[in-house]
Amino acid sequence: MSELTTVPKAIAGPSSYLDDRIGAGNFLKRNLRKVFPDHWSFLLGEIALYSFIILLLTGTFLTLWFKPSMMEVPYDGPYAPLKGVMMSEAYASSLEISFEVRGGLLMRQMHHWAALLFVAGMTVHMLRVFFTGAYRKPRELNWIIGVLLLTLALAEGLTGYSLPDDLLSGAGLRITEGVAISLPLVGTYITFFLFGGEFPGHDVISRFYSLHILLIPGILLALISAHMVLMWVQKHTQMPGKGRTDKNVVGAPFYPAFMAKAGAYFLFTFAVIAGLATFTQINPIWIFGPYTPADVSAGSQPDWYMGFLEGSLRLMPAWEINMFGTAHAGTLPMSVIVPALVPMGIIMTGLALYPFLEQWVTGDRREHHVVDRPRNNPHRTSIGMAGITFYGVLWLLGANDELSAFFQINLNWTTYAGRVLVFVGPAIAYMITYRICLGLQRSDAAVISHGVESGVIKRLPHGEFIEVHTAPADDIEAHVRGKKPVPMLPVEEDRSGIPPKGMRGPVGKLRARMSQAYGGEKIALEEPHGDGHGHGHEEEPAAIGSGSDDEDRSLTR
Amino acid sequence: MIRTTAWRRHPLARYAVLILALALVGMVYAAFVQASKPADAALASGKVDDVAAGKSLFQVHCASCHGLNAEGTLTGPTLIGVGAAAVDFQVSTGRMPAANPGAQMPRKPMAGWVTPEKIRQLSAYVQSLGGGPAVPTKDQVDPAKGDAGKGGQLFRANCIQCHNWAGAGGALTRGKYAPNLNEATPEQIYEAMVTGPQAMPVFNDTTITPEEKRDMIAYITQVREQKDPGGFGLGRIGPVTEGLVGWVVGISALALAAIWITAKKRQKS
Repeated sequence: MSELTTVPKAIAGPSSYLDDRIGAGNFLKRNLRKVFPDHWSFLLGEIALYSFIILLLTGTFLTLWFKPSMMEVPYDGPYAPLKGVMMSEAYASSLEISFEVRGGLLMRQMHHWAALLFVAGMTVHMLRVFFTGAYRKPRELNWIIGVLLLTLALAEGLTGYSLPDDLLSGAGLRITEGVAISLPLVGTYITFFLFGGEFPGHDVISRFYSLHILLIPGILLALISAHMVLMWVQKHTQMPGKGRTDKNVVGAPFYPAFMAKAGAYFLFTFAVIAGLATFTQINPIWIFGPYTPADVSAGSQPDWYMGFLEGSLRLMPAWEINMFGTAHAGTLPMSVIVPALVPMGIIMTGLALYPFLEQWVTGDRREHHVVDRPRNNPHRTSIGMAGITFYGVLWLLGANDELSAFFQINLNWTTYAGRVLVFVGPAIAYMITYRICLGLQRSDAAVISHGVESGVIKRLPHGEFIEVHTAPADDIEAHVRGKKPVPMLPVEEDRSGIPPKGMRGPVGKLRARMSQAYGGEKIALEEPHGDGHGHGHEEEPAAIGSGSDDEDRSLTR
Repeated sequence: MIRTTAWRRHPLARYAVLILALALVGMVYAAFVQASKPADAALASGKVDDVAAGKSLFQVHCASCHGLNAEGTLTGPTLIGVGAAAVDFQVSTGRMPAANPGAQMPRKPMAGWVTPEKIRQLSAYVQSLGGGPAVPTKDQVDPAKGDAGKGGQLFRANCIQCHNWAGAGGALTRGKYAPNLNEATPEQIYEAMVTGPQAMPVFNDTTITPEEKRDMIAYITQVREQKDPGGFGLGRIGPVTEGLVGWVVGISALALAAIWITAKKRQKS
């Protein structure tokens, strides 16, 4: 602790300089010594943060040459197979960036790879926060900001994908138009407003350009800042472990340790993106050709983060409802509107509401700064895995033509299998995950109550062989003992058989039942068999000494 | 009679029967090979014309499915009127003779007996049955004489729906597929357009003129020979492999980096 009371020179110097001028010394002193807990999964969000910085920089480079115009021009650049082809200025300038601007192709490829990693980084970060329950009070609002960021990132990706006006981006735009026009009542108005007339019109590229480089990144930047400030103010959560409580943060100070790590991680992210962009071709727009509404290619796919929407579109049967039995009265194209809105709605709304639903079910209003290990809240983990499976099946089926072509599977059967799996898969994933969580809890309990296998085989006087177990290491034991039962509502009925307040009526009863299922301790960590050894740090195995051989054998079998 | 019955039940009898049967099959096969030999010899000396030679080749290698007079059977369509181009395409790509029935015949190495000479003879025979598109001349398929820019537009308008923007191929319904165009020779591309093999539609000379076909061949061959300027091309099938690499390479590498950065020396307890 004494280390923390003295201020390092590198902080003290600039702090007093700034303090003398803008009075920020105390602020800096306090914040540069902010403690950050250490766990590899806490860095995953930084992938998204650093990718965003790279996106801003490379994106600015691209704007210097890109022309967001749909004016038709004949191609007159160095790429021979497109010589003389009529194309939009947007596409021509994207080709110019790729083939004529020095470093342009590298920048384009970095921008695109960074975009893929931006959304992927957000996704893995979000999964980490979900599975450890780091979204619980007081961090619900920051979680909601995160869900907003993810949704906006999808919109940012969609608009960016459309800008080069190549054949693939045109196919994406066509689906966007299809979804917009399928909306009941307002569909045609929205479409004409967006495209400035019939598809594809002459306005959509410049409009998407404004959204892509100004509006959405502006909101993203603001929300990311809010996300970081909230994280800073609320402090980072920590994994359960030795000396870690809901009242402290155990880790390394921002300066110098965490700053070095974060700086190194930025360089890693930069290296991976630059490396991918150097060695791996992405979005080769010159092969796709310019967009014309008449052409569409086999293997047209969105970038990965839109793949689940593509998959749901491909899985959906061709259902439509004609009002009053005639198309003149209006058609509701279920085959477009359901896959476009329902899976996205389930996933994003489900994510946004989950902290509040969990609170409602568990009645847990306490603050949490120590996170759960995923196994210790088995229902949450199972719900998460079911969600991942739902998303994963849709995502996979978004590429069903490539799967069919590559693995030589009948295309129709991939669709039929997907239609079943999208419902059955999550249920199976739920059950399997639940059992795995309980199994892991049991193994934790075994570590606590019987210790770990020592590798020493002992022969008992009557000839039986057993393996000697030793007490686990301190930090491992503390980590395991960080487990707390999932809170549960008081659902016991009173003596006259009346359930407690809030547990009455159909909704209340449902809530009580969910709370009983979701909450509570599934597998208790038993105390070691007591004869004073208790937390026994000595090599002497407590369990052996206590003479309960039956249970020991059950572990060594 | 009793002795015969006893022999039939001898433990070695089944092997004797097997050997006899194999010998019989072998002799019949040898007879067929002999039957085709004179034709070969005659061809080499140029005594028999292509149609007659083609007919004997046809009867040996094709007739079991397409019928002795190419009239077609339950397992194979009639070849009357398909033209020399169809024969040249199917046999030179190894699709015919077919190995086994399925949704679609895959491209494979040519059968052992196939030589350009024999393809020419077979083609001549089938052409003699009812006409049809002829094998294109060298000039008709010379990529150097085509306009790739124009060909690219036609390619995008007519081919990529199934064959993908880079000719990488793609899936069709019920196990059928559009093959990739990487190995197809200019002649084969031309012939596929005029004959419409398997699931492919016919693009006859009124739909797409021979000059336009040459433009398309110029585009296809230019694009497939081009070195990917952006690095490894990932099969040129677009965002699916890109996303796969983003996760498998990008996110995995960064997760490993995170584990490395935050790794601690194990404290001794």
